[in-house]
Amino acid sequence: MSPIQEPFSEGGSLLHRLDPRGKVVVAALFSVLMAVATSFVTLLGGLALALIWLALGRLGLKKALGRLLLVNSFIVFLWFVLPFTYPGESLVKVGPLTASREGIAFTGLITLKSNTIIIGLMALVATAPVVTLGQAMHSLRLPDKLCHLLLFTYRYLHVFELEYQRLSQAMKIRGFQPRTNIHTYRSYAYLAAMLLVRSYDRADRVFQAMVCRGFHGVFYSLKTFSWQRRDSVFLAVSLLTLALCLYMEIEGANLL
Amino acid sequence: MTEPLIELRDITFTYPGAARPVFQDFNFQLLPGKHLGLVGPNGSGKTTMLHLIMGLLRPQAGKVVIFGREVSKERNFVEVRRQVGLLFQNADDQLFCPTVLEDVAFGPLNQGKSPAEAVGIARMTMLQLGLEGFEDRVTYKLSGGEKKLVSLATVLAMQPKILLLDEPTTGLDDQTRRRLIRILKDLEISYLIVSHEHEFLEHTVKECCHVHSTFCETLPIPPRGVGL
Repeated sequence: MSPIQEPFSEGGSLLHRLDPRGKVVVAALFSVLMAVATSFVTLLGGLALALIWLALGRLGLKKALGRLLLVNSFIVFLWFVLPFTYPGESLVKVGPLTASREGIAFTGLITLKSNTIIIGLMALVATAPVVTLGQAMHSLRLPDKLCHLLLFTYRYLHVFELEYQRLSQAMKIRGFQPRTNIHTYRSYAYLAAMLLVRSYDRADRVFQAMVCRGFHGVFYSLKTFSWQRRDSVFLAVSLLTLALCLYMEIEGANLL
Repeated sequence: MTEPLIELRDITFTYPGAARPVFQDFNFQLLPGKHLGLVGPNGSGKTTMLHLIMGLLRPQAGKVVIFGREVSKERNFVEVRRQVGLLFQNADDQLFCPTVLEDVAFGPLNQGKSPAEAVGIARMTMLQLGLEGFEDRVTYKLSGGEKKLVSLATVLAMQPKILLLDEPTTGLDDQTRRRLIRILKDLEISYLIVSHEHEFLEHTVKECCHVHSTFCETLPIPPRGVGL
C-alpha cells in the first residue's frame, strides 16, 4: 500500500536515464533564472526549453496537463485580483473595476513564470525517484541536513498517512460522521493531536533503532552514479541555452 | 567464575513523571553462551531493561557493565551497539530505507565497511535467513512476517556478539514463528528474548528470568502460566 505515487519517476526515456546530478544542477539554475526573470522573451525561451525537456522525457501529456491545471487553479485567483489593483494605465473596465495594462502584463508574467518552472521541474526533477534525488544532492555535497530532511520527509509521509487512515477508520467504525457541530470539530482536533503525538513517538523509536545500528549522523549510500557522455552533452546544451536566456534577460529591454 | 557479558548492578530507573520506579536496586546478569528468556507482566520493565543495556535510556543510579567494562557515556555505548544487536518490538520502527538491501546494509556501512563489503554482508545475511530475492523489495510493502525477518537481518548483518529480541513473535503466523525458532537455534551467539509466549520460549531458551522491580528470578524452565 503506497499512498504517494511518483508516476513520472519511472520510464526509459533519455531524460530518465540521465545522471540525476546533472538534472538537479540544471533544474536549480533554471528555476532561479526563471524566478527572477522580468522579461517575456527570457521566459518564452525558458518555456521552449522546458517543453523540449518534457518532450524528451515522454511524460504523458494528460498527466502533465493535470498537474499544470492544479497549479493554475491557484493562479486563477491572481487574475481576479492583481489586474484590478495594480496601478497603471487603464485598459478594461468591468463594472466599477478598472484593469490596468501593467497589472495584466504583471499577472501574465507570473502565470508564464509558474508554468515554465513547473514544466521544467516536472521534466527534470520528477523524472527521478525522490530517494535518488536525495542521494544525488548528497553526492553534489549539499548540506547533509538538507538531504536527510528530504529523504525522511518523503519516507515518513507514508507512515503519517497510514497512521491517519488507521485513526480515521477507528473513528468511522465507532459510527463517527463528520457534521457541522462541536463534536465533529473536537474529534478532528483530537485526531490531529493524536497524529502529532504518535508521529513524534514513532520518529523517536525510529531514531533509537537507527542509533542501535550505529547511526552517527552520516548516511552512506549504496548508489553510485555514473556520469556519461550524454550527461555532459545535456549539461552543456542546457547551460548554453540558459546563458542565452540570461543574455536576453539582461539585454531584453534593448531587444524589444 | 566466568565473566558475565551483560551485567546490571543496583540499577534504579524511573521514567520522567512516573510515580514509582520501574527498577529499584535491580540486578541482572547474562553469562556467555546463555540463551535466556525474559518474562513478566506488561509494564514490569522488560523493554526498559533492553533499552538500558543499549544506552537508549540511562539509569538514575547503578552501573551497566558490558563485556566486563562499565559503560555510562554515549561514546561507550556507541561501542556497545556495534556488538549488541537489538530487535525492536515493532518492525516498522526498525526499517526505514526504501529497499530491503539498503536497510540491511545500513548497519555494516555505519560500521565503516565499504559499499561493496556492506552489500556482500547484507546478501550473505539475507541468504542465511532465507531472504534471498528480497533485495529490491520495498520495505514498507512487506508483510508483517517478512518485515520481522528483514529486521532480524538488519541486526544480524552487524555481526553482533549478543542479540536482544523484544517480543519477536508478536503478530507472526505459525510458519514464520517456526522459521524464527530455526534461525535462533542456528545462531552461535548469546541471546535474550522478551516474550509472552510459553511455547516459543520452550523452543528457544533453557532458562527464563522473571523480571521484578528489584531482582530477576531465574527459573530453569519457562514458568507455565505465571505472568505469561
